[in-house]
Amino acid sequence: MKHLAALAATAATLTVGAGICQAANGDPVHGAQIYQRCLACHSLEHNRSGPRHCGLFGRPAASLPDFNYSRAMKATGLTWDEATLDQFLENPLKAMPGTKMAYAGVKNPQERADLIAYLKKATLDPEICK
Amino acid sequence: MSIPPQTVPATLLVPPVRRSFLSGFGKFTLSATAIALLAGQERLALVGSAEAKTPNNDVAILNAALGAEQEAIAAYQVGATSGLLQKPVLDLAVQFQGHHKEHAAALAATVKKLGGTPVEARKTYTFPVEKLKTQADVLAFAAELEKGAVSAYLGAVPILDDRNLAKVAASILGDEAMHWAVLRNALGQNPVPTAFLS
Repeated sequence: MKHLAALAATAATLTVGAGICQAANGDPVHGAQIYQRCLACHSLEHNRSGPRHCGLFGRPAASLPDFNYSRAMKATGLTWDEATLDQFLENPLKAMPGTKMAYAGVKNPQERADLIAYLKKATLDPEICK
Repeated sequence: MSIPPQTVPATLLVPPVRRSFLSGFGKFTLSATAIALLAGQERLALVGSAEAKTPNNDVAILNAALGAEQEAIAAYQVGATSGLLQKPVLDLAVQFQGHHKEHAAALAATVKKLGGTPVEARKTYTFPVEKLKTQADVLAFAAELEKGAVSAYLGAVPILDDRNLAKVAASILGDEAMHWAVLRNALGQNPVPTAFLS
């Protein structure tokens, strides 16, 4: 366990400011189109094969009480924000081995920025996320 | 505009969960077996001999696909019993649901053959039924799910370790894409709006 804790602590020091800047410049309109790729498993307002996205930003991982997360997601301890989403979405299985999100990822940085920009708006939409 | 750098983990999770998962599987000889199962050739499935590299990874991917297929089956059931679909659209929906059932059965069988446990269908699914008021609403909802399924398989194909499994996943992708095109056509939309899918 000490080894695992050390790994996590070491990993937590990585700086990834560039990804955050890209997310800040994302186009939410294009991001809405990118989000269509997610719709086999996710929706904003309902849990599906994947958890709902309403309220995503600032939410600790694996914190929805009515969704059955992977052990990997439960163990991660992260909070979803632009940076963590950017890293996860690039390659979910690499970023979080053991995640149920078996998807190659959104490889294009600008597409991830657009998707994150869309999610930032949509997951706070009062009409959808009541 | 610049935003100060923040700290995030290099890897969002420490890897031991995966390791312990791996240790339970060991090696398998299921590459040809899996492809035969997914292709619905049970007899051939019994004689596969190629070695799969990391079945645990493929099991996770196939289970994710299975979960989506189960939800699609439930969604088509909602559409078919909504009273909103008229023949021949109703027949089409039932046919497409049958395809998803075939996909799900093949995926579940393959997960078992790979030593995994197939995910079970949820007892309940939440669909936006309050928004489904016309046949077009149901078709648009189904088209959205099918488009998502295409993207999901597109995201699965490159990461399946077993290339034969990837080939069959691509075959399912093609089926889902045809569903999407037909549904768009039924809605009066361009059935094939782009040269590439993502």
